[in-house]
Amino acid sequence: MKLRRSMLFVPGSNTSMVCNAFVYRPDTVMFDLEDSVAIEEKDSARLMVYHALQHFTYEDIETAVRVNPLHSIYGLLDLEAVIRAGVDIIRLPKTDTVEDVLQMQEVIEKIEFKIGTDKRTKLLAAIESAQGVVNAVDIARCSDRLMGIALGAEDFVRDLHTQRTKAGSELMVARAQILLAARAAKIHAFDSVFSDVRDKEGFVKEANYIKDLGFDGKSLINPNQISVLHKIFAPSGDDVEWALDVIEASDNAKEKGLGVVSIDGKMVDAPVIARAQWTLELAKASGMLGGDE
Amino acid sequence: MNKIKKRAYAGTLESSDAFIEIEPIEEDEIRIELQSSVEEMYGDDIRDLIAKVIKEMDISYISVRVQDKGALDYVIKARLQAAILRANDDKKIKWDKL
Repeated sequence: MKLRRSMLFVPGSNTSMVCNAFVYRPDTVMFDLEDSVAIEEKDSARLMVYHALQHFTYEDIETAVRVNPLHSIYGLLDLEAVIRAGVDIIRLPKTDTVEDVLQMQEVIEKIEFKIGTDKRTKLLAAIESAQGVVNAVDIARCSDRLMGIALGAEDFVRDLHTQRTKAGSELMVARAQILLAARAAKIHAFDSVFSDVRDKEGFVKEANYIKDLGFDGKSLINPNQISVLHKIFAPSGDDVEWALDVIEASDNAKEKGLGVVSIDGKMVDAPVIARAQWTLELAKASGMLGGDE
Repeated sequence: MNKIKKRAYAGTLESSDAFIEIEPIEEDEIRIELQSSVEEMYGDDIRDLIAKVIKEMDISYISVRVQDKGALDYVIKARLQAAILRANDDKKIKWDKL
């Protein structure tokens, strides 16, 4: 199972961050060539990310790049560079419609064909407008390259004529819509960044909230937020114990040819078993059962 | 071998980065001036890298001044390539040369 709890934003123009982001072990490193890079440094950031993607330090970590929009003079150049460099995921900025995804997909296919790669670059659509939220269900289902959709809250609240608050009520509808769209399409759902890096308590509160809603993970802007987020997403010891009991009971029932089994008087059926398996996979990936971390 | 069209630069003086200035010269040579905090240990390697990148981009008649702040190889490469592309106003990038 590929965990995607933490997606660390790294400005392509910040050399130190580009060179060192892998050290913090986020689930995915997201190099940014769009909003965090000044116009006059678009070319140099593109080259920096092009080389970083091919460096051995990023060999065993999932990489994504937020490219500039295709209608800008930088979008196509960004794609040419990062697909050649073997990026795993392209993050589409400001995805409003299905056409935005299909257009990006077409360009990526052409570049992959031109350079003769077998690699199939995945797509992550960032929803950053009211129009995008309204179209989220169609967007999530429109391409088998889409591995997820993500909320881009800063632009979204501007479009909504409001601002971000600690309570997050302004994002309630967008979060629900994006999550449901992603789940219906069986792809990942990612929450937006928590911008105030000094407010640790606020970050923990928001991370717990989006985890409980059902999001797979969150975009991050500060490496210090990674371990905090991973702890929040790790199952509790009790959860793991329960999951182990469920799987054991289920295996025993199968051996005896029983269809349904109960634990502590509660029926264990297919959805419960699936949840237990997911908990164990998450525990394993979180290093609780001899897994990756 | 091609000459670059004009003076150009790329990079910063921040830690882990390099600031690279290039300019065309009249002689058919690659002139390298390096200031680096790791000059004693890696000076020759950095010079070799710079010469290699320049040759791969079919450039000669060039003077390169590098202020290295502990940059990794690929950072120096990226900065030098950016400077050369800027010096030539090159919009059509030959990726196989980079």
